[in-house]
Amino acid sequence: MNWSFMAQNAHFFVNAAYVTVFISFFGVVFAILIGVVCAALEVSHVPILSPVTRGYIELSRNTPLLVQLYFLYFGLPKLGISWSAQTCAVVGLAFLGGSYMAEAMRGGLEAVPRIQRESARVLGFSPRQTLTHIILPQALSSAIPGVVANVIFLVKESSVVSAIALADVMYVTKDLMGISYDTYESLALLIITYLIILLPISVIGTVLERRFDYARR
Amino acid sequence: MHGVEILLQPGVFPRLFSGLWVTVWIAGISVILSIPVGLLVGWLMTIRNGLVRAVMRVYLDFIRIMPQLALLFIAFYGFARAFDWNLDATGACVLVFVLWGGAELGDLVRGALESIPRSQYESAYVLGLDSWQTFRRIILPQAFRRMLPASVNLATRIVKTTSLAALLGVIEVIKVGQQIIDANRFLYPQATLWIYGVIFFMYFFICWPLSLVARHLEKRWAHD
Repeated sequence: MNWSFMAQNAHFFVNAAYVTVFISFFGVVFAILIGVVCAALEVSHVPILSPVTRGYIELSRNTPLLVQLYFLYFGLPKLGISWSAQTCAVVGLAFLGGSYMAEAMRGGLEAVPRIQRESARVLGFSPRQTLTHIILPQALSSAIPGVVANVIFLVKESSVVSAIALADVMYVTKDLMGISYDTYESLALLIITYLIILLPISVIGTVLERRFDYARR
Repeated sequence: MHGVEILLQPGVFPRLFSGLWVTVWIAGISVILSIPVGLLVGWLMTIRNGLVRAVMRVYLDFIRIMPQLALLFIAFYGFARAFDWNLDATGACVLVFVLWGGAELGDLVRGALESIPRSQYESAYVLGLDSWQTFRRIILPQAFRRMLPASVNLATRIVKTTSLAALLGVIEVIKVGQQIIDANRFLYPQATLWIYGVIFFMYFFICWPLSLVARHLEKRWAHD
């Protein structure tokens, strides 16, 4: 292992990690927003919108991110919609993640027993109070583990954006291997960078899960 | 909507389907090989031995925290040098998907085995079954039902992840699509839209039925 080579090239990976984190962050934020809207639409059985939501969820869950990105980046410009690689990456991650988040949140909402709502109504809570004080806090508690798993999944999945020429961690690794032929060192930097990005997220996720598991206690 | 004629050109769909066959083949062989690996990993994780547990823990955590694409790079570029293997891209993909699928499936097996109440073992013992009979007749059927829906979902994930093989240069459906696009660059500049659109739906129509089966099983066996 050539340590000085690794030290010399570490700064490339710092910049690359910044790209990965940036894309993932916006991807996750939009995925959560889409997820909230879709989960709400799904459980509320709105005539036209709920089946459309279902269709979106099935399409996005059952296709690979790579094909979604290629379609966005290479296909859509033919329809006159040209987005930058960054935009495509964020839109792709949000499109994919939105359905995963929606499923996690719908699962959380459906995990609240019906008797909770009925009891709240009997106790004189208004429908709005029932939602904000009884249903949502419990749904949040059940949904958090799924949401945390999806965040980690999306950060990992963001490695695919290297395929549309975004200089993320994967891209820089391949570049460095091609330039230097120092395969071990490049791969070691790749592993270290992903561990530095993902381990803290994993730990924060575990803490959040503990903090929010009150519904099961 | 012009340019859609590309899809009607002779050879385009047969070539895409031959690419899709490679995708399905890699995914299929990975899923099949993951099953014995997963059973072994799951069994090893329930063993009461500190060292075995620690090793399995590290294996599972490493596989889980690394992006699949990073694992593919490690296998394809790293292993070739480290072990002097002449591992081709397809081999590297199958290897990674089996190690990854085996780890995920192993965790499902462990969860299913641990979810069987102790009373089941004790009742079987009282009824005079030996430990193999207990495992085969009592534990396995129940564990199987508990893990099957999630395992079918895992198969869907493996099919989707097979798309990454294109990035190592395997000539599967996406790569074939790129070849068609490049060959028709001047005649059909709109080809990217249609070809990637078709590939999108090809993946969808493989993975969607699997998801439906998983959901059906989940509902059917939810009250066990």
